[in-house]
Amino acid sequence: MTTVETKIQSNKAIASGSVVNDFSISVATMNGSGSQTSNLTLLRALFKMGIPVSGKNLFPSNIQGLPTWYTIRVSKDGYLARTETIEVMVAMNATTFAKDQAALVPGGVFFYADDIKQAITRKDIVAYPMPVKKLAKESDAPASLRTYVANMVYVGVLVQMLGINPQRIEQALDFHFKGKEKPIKLNLDIIKKAAEWAEENLQKSDPYYLEDLDLTEGQIMASGNTAGALGSIYGGVQFVSWYPITPASSLAESCIEYLPMLRTDPETGKNTYAVVQAEDELAAIGMAVGAGWGGLRSMTSTSGPGISLMTEYASMAYYAETPVVIWNVQRMGPSTGLPTRTSQGDINLTYYLGHGDTKHIVLLPGSVNECFELGWKAFDLAERFQTPVFLLSDLDMGMNQWMTSPFKYPDKEIDRGKVLWEEDFEGLEIWGRYLDIDGDGIPYRTLPGNRHSQSGYFARGTGHDEFANYTEDPDVWVKGMDRLLLKFEHARSVMPQPEIVKRKGATIGVIAFGSTDPAIREAIDYMSEEDLEVDYLRLRALPVVDEVRDFIRKYEHVYVVEMNRDGQLHQILSLEVPERATHLISLTHNDGLPLTATWIKGAILGEERN
Amino acid sequence: MATKKQSKINLINLSKSDYRGAPTTLCQGCGHNSINSQVITACYELNILPEDIVKFSGIGCSSKSPTYFLGRSFGFNGLHGRMPSLATGALFADTSLTGIAMSGDGDTISIGMGQFKHVMRRNLPMVYIVANNGVYGLTKGQFSATAEEGLALKGHGQNPYMPIDIIWEAVVGRATFVARSFAGDPKQVRELLKAALSHRGIAVLDIISPCVTFNNQDDAHHSYAWGRNHEVALHDLSYVPLAEDIMVDYDEGESKEVDMHDGSRIMLRKVASDYDPTDRSTILCMLEDANTKQELITGLIYIDTEQQALFDTYNLPEEPLNRLTNDRIRPRRETIDKVNAMMF
Repeated sequence: MTTVETKIQSNKAIASGSVVNDFSISVATMNGSGSQTSNLTLLRALFKMGIPVSGKNLFPSNIQGLPTWYTIRVSKDGYLARTETIEVMVAMNATTFAKDQAALVPGGVFFYADDIKQAITRKDIVAYPMPVKKLAKESDAPASLRTYVANMVYVGVLVQMLGINPQRIEQALDFHFKGKEKPIKLNLDIIKKAAEWAEENLQKSDPYYLEDLDLTEGQIMASGNTAGALGSIYGGVQFVSWYPITPASSLAESCIEYLPMLRTDPETGKNTYAVVQAEDELAAIGMAVGAGWGGLRSMTSTSGPGISLMTEYASMAYYAETPVVIWNVQRMGPSTGLPTRTSQGDINLTYYLGHGDTKHIVLLPGSVNECFELGWKAFDLAERFQTPVFLLSDLDMGMNQWMTSPFKYPDKEIDRGKVLWEEDFEGLEIWGRYLDIDGDGIPYRTLPGNRHSQSGYFARGTGHDEFANYTEDPDVWVKGMDRLLLKFEHARSVMPQPEIVKRKGATIGVIAFGSTDPAIREAIDYMSEEDLEVDYLRLRALPVVDEVRDFIRKYEHVYVVEMNRDGQLHQILSLEVPERATHLISLTHNDGLPLTATWIKGAILGEERN
Repeated sequence: MATKKQSKINLINLSKSDYRGAPTTLCQGCGHNSINSQVITACYELNILPEDIVKFSGIGCSSKSPTYFLGRSFGFNGLHGRMPSLATGALFADTSLTGIAMSGDGDTISIGMGQFKHVMRRNLPMVYIVANNGVYGLTKGQFSATAEEGLALKGHGQNPYMPIDIIWEAVVGRATFVARSFAGDPKQVRELLKAALSHRGIAVLDIISPCVTFNNQDDAHHSYAWGRNHEVALHDLSYVPLAEDIMVDYDEGESKEVDMHDGSRIMLRKVASDYDPTDRSTILCMLEDANTKQELITGLIYIDTEQQALFDTYNLPEEPLNRLTNDRIRPRRETIDKVNAMMF
């Protein structure tokens, strides 16, 4: 493998007034032009340079032709949220050229492909042309790969002009191409040529620099969907049924990718799992519920529109008491909405999914690492409580690469819940599928394949008594529904605890969940700088535990921050602590883009100072 | 066989009552009751342990039926039109179990057409009975999608739409066992059920099952009278279990044997000339022809014993998935470092 010689002069000469490791880069390209490899290479190289970094793909619902942006934020302070400002723009798309120029902060940098013959109209920015087509043409790349390698030109120019460590670029390419020498060399060569061209032809006159740090040591980089899939695999998932939908597809696809490695029986070479791509979401959940009833750790993954279709079976699984794990990687609704944009608009739908009185356990991972952790825990909860367990992720967390702490091996034994096999029937005095013997609302279940002649029962969504017999008896119905509530309340006591971050002298509180976590933490720091101290509770599950109620009761104002229009979590919490409802203030933002600290700070300060 | 004395217990020491379910709550004379009793008889005569069967159904009169047979078996009465997916997932739990699904024409052909088609495509090993009466009984007699065009029903006027033929859909949908019978012909129903229970793959049985309450006028195609008068059996059919002596009274040259996956055999005595239930290409013409002549073709219409069943493609362990111990479903501790190293 060739090694790019380090010829970067920029690091040596960082002038005063420079901005080092603290800005956002946006790469404007056309969807389908093959920029993903370039963008991920940049992201990974910065990560390996030890700079806290986050990357977000803002892409259209389209395979080819529509504009797409990839934003990378580097932050020496460790902030990973999206910013509202762009300091460095890479303009590769003629159709958004003017807009991209306008998006820059004053003093910002504009790298642009020189084949775009449009005017640089702003005087307050630094513009650098890049001979993208020329260098791509001169490369050794076959014609079919030229548009792909063309994107490596901007990588090379940024390497030179911002000061990216070329060895880290090489590491990133090595990972991306899984050590395959040919594509690594091809891409490295053009990066090197572009860097050389920039060194010879561009005079740095902007203040933005990147510099090696040591703040990402021990961290890994992964997407929430990969983490969720791996968590499921360590949770012992045995059955996955799914139907393709953005942004959830890569969760099931990651199961397909990692299951053979992790769950092929080393002795027999047999699979301890099965994956079925269903014909639609109705069938996906039908299969998952069937498998859960059959005693398999089963799951399905989807997004909002799929959740809508899964409603009827979710309702049945709740009433027939069938364990199943359902991932909802949220995207923007209603309707097809913005299918490639993020949202937290399904929390109400998911929590109450079903007709009649239904409520579900909903786990709320707030980081990629937590997608793993709650991913395996979900199965224990589903089987312990014999009920659907939902995991609410979103497009931003699910599809983007995040730096995160490494996945930890489960620290608890697998809990299969209350299951009776043949031998358990010996000496058993009384058993009914829906008979609550222990007083916790959780009956004992049997599984098909149990050959004991007393073990069989007929599961149904219709009214049933404690022995699973059909009945329309009003008293039996009420008793059954009350027991489900008892079970739910019992589940509440073992839900994952919220994460509470306290600050000295805090007078107000903020509650949030999921992928907004980095933006909230950053906003809290900013508010502190303006002498407003805020305590923060990150909710990790519904139903809420007592700690959440206590938190709400503690402050004059508690802000509930979420990415939807109607303040859905705010509604749920208002019902949980009705006497404090007027002290709970809803702050919502729902434009399809990940939340920013600037917005949160402005919204809370605006409320507090009015 | 016919000369053997009917014993009170079968080879696995079970009496017929071990195969019965709860008392029926369907209407007296309902064709479904007749099908149910043939399910009981077929399983009894085949010496199947009730615990080796799992029952599935959707929603409707037909779908209530599994309560009325095999009371010792596990069962799941699922959602309207969505039973096939439920059964698919459940049977993965223990593939040694035999699935018997009971559905209706509304449940399968109207709301459930999608899942019906896909369960056939996957060749899920399961007996899929459609008790077909052309009406929605449980909601009081609306037309179903199998009701013939022009059928007049009290309170619902005339059916303006063309019917869907379940057999046609099953053959086109690549089901590997397709049969039709008539609830008023218990012997044929029983023999077809036995054959279906030996089939490894999806076995679709369209059983015309008159609704005595809402659709039993003599000229209605799903009535007892019409069925009796228009039934054209493709063959006399005998199911020969693996363990039994083969006593066949068919003439050489007139019968066709089909070897089943489990070693049993089906003997078909041809009625229609040159009919071959393994040749898909001739079947649609035959069905269309019968349709023109207003005939109800019954018997084993299509069979393919070669096609892989769903589970054969999954490389599953010998023991049921739902009995795998915890150490076999959670990767070992040392793997986590490797996984983390695979991230970036």
